[in-house]
Amino acid sequence: METTPFIQIKNLRKEFVSQNSRVTALSDINLNIDKGTIFGIIGMSGAGKSTLVRCINFLERPTKGTIIIGDKDLSVLNDKELRKVRQNIGMIFQQFNLLMQRNVEDNVCFPLEIAGVSKKERKKRAAELLEIVGLSDKRKAYPSQLSGGQKQRVAIARALATNPQLLLCDEATSALDPTTTRSILSLLKDINQKLGITIIIITHEMAVVEEICNEVAIIDNGSLAETGLVEDVFSNPKTEAAKKLVYNGSKAVKEMKGKRVIRIVFDGKSSYEPVIANVVLEFKAQVNILFADTRDIGGKAFGHMILQLPEDEGLSDKIINYLRSININVEELKDYVGY
Amino acid sequence: MWVIESLTNLIQENMSMLIEGIGDTLYMTFVSSFFAYVLALPLGVALVVTREDGLYPIGFVYRFLDIVVNIGRSVPFLILLVAIQPLTTFLVGKSYGSTATIVPLVVAATPFIARLIESSLQEVDHGVVEAAQSMGASLWTIIIKVLIPEAKTSLIVGATIAVGTILGYSAMAGFVGGGGLGDIAVRYGYYRYDGEIMLITVILMVLLVQVIQAVGMKIARKTDKRVI
Repeated sequence: METTPFIQIKNLRKEFVSQNSRVTALSDINLNIDKGTIFGIIGMSGAGKSTLVRCINFLERPTKGTIIIGDKDLSVLNDKELRKVRQNIGMIFQQFNLLMQRNVEDNVCFPLEIAGVSKKERKKRAAELLEIVGLSDKRKAYPSQLSGGQKQRVAIARALATNPQLLLCDEATSALDPTTTRSILSLLKDINQKLGITIIIITHEMAVVEEICNEVAIIDNGSLAETGLVEDVFSNPKTEAAKKLVYNGSKAVKEMKGKRVIRIVFDGKSSYEPVIANVVLEFKAQVNILFADTRDIGGKAFGHMILQLPEDEGLSDKIINYLRSININVEELKDYVGY
Repeated sequence: MWVIESLTNLIQENMSMLIEGIGDTLYMTFVSSFFAYVLALPLGVALVVTREDGLYPIGFVYRFLDIVVNIGRSVPFLILLVAIQPLTTFLVGKSYGSTATIVPLVVAATPFIARLIESSLQEVDHGVVEAAQSMGASLWTIIIKVLIPEAKTSLIVGATIAVGTILGYSAMAGFVGGGGLGDIAVRYGYYRYDGEIMLITVILMVLLVQVIQAVGMKIARKTDKRVI
């Protein structure tokens, strides 16, 4: 049976019009996001990610197209109905955006105040949430007394206060150091698994998507470049934009010279086998590793490697065929060849 | 030393008059500040909210308020004091005395305070406002629970500046029989050439402003939760 996706983004277009210019921030975005997934939206700065996430809860009203969340088409709602819908969508930000003059507990209570929950209920709920994010002892502290990671935890508790079904994260870890980033991501993953909340993560960091997302959409220049399961997109990126993000860092080898250069991509299974060693032993050939990188995506090891093959064309062909025969994705890199 | 001695004697001789003067000055200052603030708060909020990049942009309302506030601020207080005498008489029954001075003080201070409030509210981090919007907060909720509380420290500092300024204005009202320390200074210093009494009133004014400023800043610091 075909089920309707939880979130449908249909033909979304967003233009910013100022007195003498019209800038298209997003065009023709179509995305379906299933309930319970952690969906990553990745792109370079200025690609339109932040605009896209703001269109999802209509903080920015799309110029064209619509957003359907559950059974609600946001584009037909009036302001009051829209506010009601937003009460069930949590959102966290790069700069945390906590109320600086309120303590931690009152910050967490804020969305409940907006929703009209009684004071007693609010306090009770705040205590539960602070327990979940591990900040029960900071209940009476003010944001200025907390570290970045703690502030983001408060923001997460606040975003979860109304029991939302959807959590939007706008560059939520971009202001944090790598260790704190990991702890915040594992908290998000935990929340996703325990509470079944759908999470949409906007980021420019590959590491974030690799760490927790199931699906990913790549935004480039205001439109959707590629979308799919994280492991598919990352092991076999098709578009230029995707390749730029996935193979980011492998550019440096461009100056190196060689006859034929190939990129091989391992999937989960083959990365346990000593592929390169096998090639060397089998063909008695010298292969030069120009670049290698392994990533952990959803518990599976994905790697890609750039190899310089021997001058002998026939031998190189054999090696490529061998690699293909053991189900390794091989791609010849013409632009790496320098005569 | 004889200067201090003679001043002390003068103060003792005129004690009751000076105390009454201080009382009148404080009465005019605080009552005017209160009314002016009550009027200026919605005005300041409206200026922030209706501007082009505000939460509820209404171009013509913003432009209208902007012009009204600018006009209000550009009329010199002494001229305003005289110009609105009919209004003063209508509201309090007479055009002289401490209570009567409150009317022009409020009229003069309201646009000034509205600008102070506008700039304080403008300082509130847009991200926090956006967070409130993402939670489904209404415009009213954002004003009452985000803009004003988050701008609290800056608002208190602004209010302190306003009170000090109004205290200064209130002294000018002495020229038209306004009452308070300014009135004493004008009567003794200007009409009777009694420089000593005038000097005493000036010192008292300076002290009042100092105290008000110190107390205001202390409250602002005490209530600011952004500093540890």
